[in-house]
Amino acid sequence: MTTVALKPATMAQALTRALRDAMAADPSVHVMGEDVGTLGGVFRVTDGLAKEFGEDRCTDTPLAEAGILGTAVGMAMYGLRPVVEMQFDAFAYPAFEQLISHVARMRNRTRGAMPLPLTIRVPYGGGIGGVEHHSDSSEAYYMATPGLHVVTPATVADAYGLLRASIASDDPVVFLEPKRLYWSKDSWNPDEPRSVEPIGRAVVRRPGRSATLITYGPSVPVCLEAAEAARTEGWDLEVVDLRSLVPFDDETVAASVRRTGRAVVVHESGGYGGPGGEIAARVSERCFHHLEAPVLRVAGFDIPYPPPMLERHHLPGVDRILDAVARLQWEADN
Amino acid sequence: MTVMEQRGAYRPTPPPAWQPRTDPAPLLPDALPHRVLGTGTAARVDPDLLRRLYTELVRGRRYNTQATALTKQGRLAVYPSSTGQEACEVAAALVLEERDWLFPSYRDTLAAVARGLDPVQALTLLRGDWHTGYDPRELRIAPLCTPLATQLPHAVGLAHAARLKGDDVVALALVGDGGTSEGDFHEALNFAAVWQAPVVFLVQNNGFAISVPLDKQTAAPSLAHKAVGYGMPGRLVDGNDAAAVHEVLSDAVRHARAGGGPTLVEAVTYRIEAHTNADDATRYRGDSEVETWRAHDPIVLLEKELTERGLLDEEGILAAREAAETMAADLRARMNQDPVLDPMDLFAHVYAEPTPQLREQEARLRAELAAEADTDTAAGFEPEGGGR
Repeated sequence: MTTVALKPATMAQALTRALRDAMAADPSVHVMGEDVGTLGGVFRVTDGLAKEFGEDRCTDTPLAEAGILGTAVGMAMYGLRPVVEMQFDAFAYPAFEQLISHVARMRNRTRGAMPLPLTIRVPYGGGIGGVEHHSDSSEAYYMATPGLHVVTPATVADAYGLLRASIASDDPVVFLEPKRLYWSKDSWNPDEPRSVEPIGRAVVRRPGRSATLITYGPSVPVCLEAAEAARTEGWDLEVVDLRSLVPFDDETVAASVRRTGRAVVVHESGGYGGPGGEIAARVSERCFHHLEAPVLRVAGFDIPYPPPMLERHHLPGVDRILDAVARLQWEADN
Repeated sequence: MTVMEQRGAYRPTPPPAWQPRTDPAPLLPDALPHRVLGTGTAARVDPDLLRRLYTELVRGRRYNTQATALTKQGRLAVYPSSTGQEACEVAAALVLEERDWLFPSYRDTLAAVARGLDPVQALTLLRGDWHTGYDPRELRIAPLCTPLATQLPHAVGLAHAARLKGDDVVALALVGDGGTSEGDFHEALNFAAVWQAPVVFLVQNNGFAISVPLDKQTAAPSLAHKAVGYGMPGRLVDGNDAAAVHEVLSDAVRHARAGGGPTLVEAVTYRIEAHTNADDATRYRGDSEVETWRAHDPIVLLEKELTERGLLDEEGILAAREAAETMAADLRARMNQDPVLDPMDLFAHVYAEPTPQLREQEARLRAELAAEADTDTAAGFEPEGGGR
């Protein structure tokens, strides 16, 4: 007898496992999209599903995002639980009419008679050297649409837990997969019992006392790195991983900022009209008397996603985060 | 080998071996719309079906005039009348079995009513008290769809799901001529053909997309021709001939139920009224055109057939009209009552569980309503009907 060594798993593997477990547990779960079958998805997240569950349960569709999501609506109307893959962030835009005019409001327009339990997986964000239309951070569009849940994991365990919760949800969930974290590894044993994380709860990834970094998805590891680097400056930064943008966990965020008195919101998508503005406003409304400095944002620039050779200048990095934290200190000292 | 037999064998191969497919004939629609009334074919049609179609046409026309009147009285925000197109609406409803699904657009209230939907519930969208006044699963009628052609992929997905579950359910989706220019029309037809989904698309070509005529909408010989490129049959039918529409749709539904895949049916008809009460049709079409189509009225055509063959007499005509009047009177009476609305419903059906943010907003509205009620009481006003 040999004991099986606990292997680190990647986020992509955890997502695959979540899909597989969901399909095994519930025959109404169907995976569909371009290239999800034989190829196993361009990121291999659906690898092996068509072989294990058949092409009727893991279906290669024609290349048409509105058609993929629109037919998934009809399938959900008939009692299935479709899990749709959009392949890349900017490829999802043709499906926006279906998303906004039907997916998000079917429950509402039928007064609750016809909920749509479907999950829309969208690999999003930059940092992988993708060419144009392969690196957008589109979360603000989804957040602005009532009726959708918007979820984004940053760890291997959350990728599994949140995807299972999304598929189990009776409401549509936009499941944003930070594609530059697909290959990030964690000591997660896929054969252990796996926890399903409820949608809507933020988590403190790193406790600290000097200031709170509020972030999600691809920026979580960057913020954790920044927090480590900040120790040399004598700053003890707390990092809050939102995990869910809709619903928003005001309680966890406000409790953290009340402890630290300072906050920086960090995300890749543009700052103007971006998630950070909403988050900063919510923090200000709830924590004004606890704040030692204005809530700052470290976001991508307000530009179309840049070509890959310039993306490092666009993406919020450790230095830009530390610079913001330094400005918080300055505000406090003067 | 026909095109349908070639299906699935197609792979692009390099020239010179590559040969274009040469025999599209089985998929092409007839050059002229299929007709039944006034032809020898009419004798084949079950007289009971013809009488049933007649009763529904008369009731449908009355529904259209009543709903239009309710618009003028301010009871409906808007009503897109289907006067002139009733044969399509009624046939669409009557070809379906109970287990089948109808996917109507905003002009298709009549199809929903002919399928059995409460006439008042069919109008909640247009009255403005709620978007969809019914449970779509009860009668298997999807919500009346306002964006153009977006309900077509839903019909495909539902039909596909039914087949995956082993149910012999057919979905029939209604769309207008303008809707055929939308991307969702293309994607829906393509998915349906690739999946061989049991779905029937009925295009009601009524001549205009609001003001834009068909020749500015498409360069195709007919809208039914569009089927060929997807690999499904296209059928062209006289949309004012209720028996013909019923026959063609029945064929298509039977074909779909038997596993034969989708069909695109184009019904050539005409919108006698303006697009809605907000539209001025005289800006884009002449009276003589409308009069020509009035002479080809679906009710007149069917009444002529039935009376000439001795299947309908004055008494029968009066009975149909009386039934229609009864429906109209009931509709009028019920639509003249103010709907009772609960403002808290605003938050009830956004998510299965309201988000914390919605709960906060819900509490705010509740407090506002309580304050309003207090003010009304203090000022000696009775709160208006319903509402609180």
